[in-house]
Amino acid sequence: MMTAQGRRAPDARTPFAPPAAADAAAEARLLDRLGLEAQRRGLLDVAYRTLDTPVGSLLVAATAEGVVRVAFDCEGHDAVLDGLAERVSPRILPAPGRLDEAARQLDEYFAGRRRRFDLALDLRLARGFRQKVLGRLRAIDYGATATYAAIAAAVGSPAAVRAVGTACAKNPLPVLVPCHRVLRSDGSVGQYVGGHDAKKALLELEAA
Amino acid sequence: MSLPPFERVVAEHGPAVLRVCRALLGPADAEDAWSETFLHALEAYPSLRPGSNLRGWLVTIAHRKAIDLHRRAKRRPLAPEGAPDEPAPEGAPDGPRRELSEALAALPVRQRQAVTYHHVAGLPYAEVAELMGGSEAAARRAAADGIAALRKTYARGETP
Repeated sequence: MMTAQGRRAPDARTPFAPPAAADAAAEARLLDRLGLEAQRRGLLDVAYRTLDTPVGSLLVAATAEGVVRVAFDCEGHDAVLDGLAERVSPRILPAPGRLDEAARQLDEYFAGRRRRFDLALDLRLARGFRQKVLGRLRAIDYGATATYAAIAAAVGSPAAVRAVGTACAKNPLPVLVPCHRVLRSDGSVGQYVGGHDAKKALLELEAA
Repeated sequence: MSLPPFERVVAEHGPAVLRVCRALLGPADAEDAWSETFLHALEAYPSLRPGSNLRGWLVTIAHRKAIDLHRRAKRRPLAPEGAPDEPAPEGAPDGPRRELSEALAALPVRQRQAVTYHHVAGLPYAEVAELMGGSEAAARRAAADGIAALRKTYARGETP
């Protein structure tokens, strides 16, 4: 005699699914292998990883030319990856290898053991005036600060204080390009892409 | 509208493509087929039209990669396949699923493909037919015959 189960139309989907735990391990292994092989074949346009820091989880992304993006949690990492897909290339995979050196230097910085970064940067996400501002920001030393007005004057556009503020707010490489070292003329901390608290935390770290 | 980052494509469709590769090739070659599929997809990805049917696209690539791997395997010197005391390869499902993958492997190729593309990958029969060649009705029949055969071999011993 057939059981009720035997008479029922077979649910073809369920038994085809392997156990979830084994599957997750296989998928993680395959994703690692894909990232490595994509890099080897020159197909990995953007590699990224995340990094736990005292100012939250940072996303760090690099092209073959250098680090192209650093993003705070508050920017939404998914949204940041969407932006990279649109503006750089959709060939994006998590691939920690390319970011090892950047991660190491950022760790040292947050531990107070590094005062300048020695990394190749890809500035393609900031063109024209904004790229010029970023170049100027890179000249502000660890522990020092400047004002928006001083940066505007330094890039030859003393009236463009607001545009300098925008360039800082849209800095694609915060922390590495130290827009947190730019303050308002009245000495107040001002806005920051990673939030006011993150800016204060970075300034305090560098003042220690 | 632009293409989503490729990592999201892998997260969303990787598991289903892995099941397809296992069903087509068995556990030993499945991971190679999966890797080849996603590397090929990554290379072609920037020229894909946004809004394309990604699942169908990836399964089509997996279908071709599986055929390639199958041909290459045929050219290899014959090795005894699936000897009972052979250790299961890494990532091989155990238990009843292993028997299922064996039952699936024993099906005629077109039945195995039709069952895989419809029941494992979840593609509608129109897409299955496009992938395999032939009519939608033929794809439907091949899948039905495959399921009927699986019910005999795989379900044996499970029902009194």
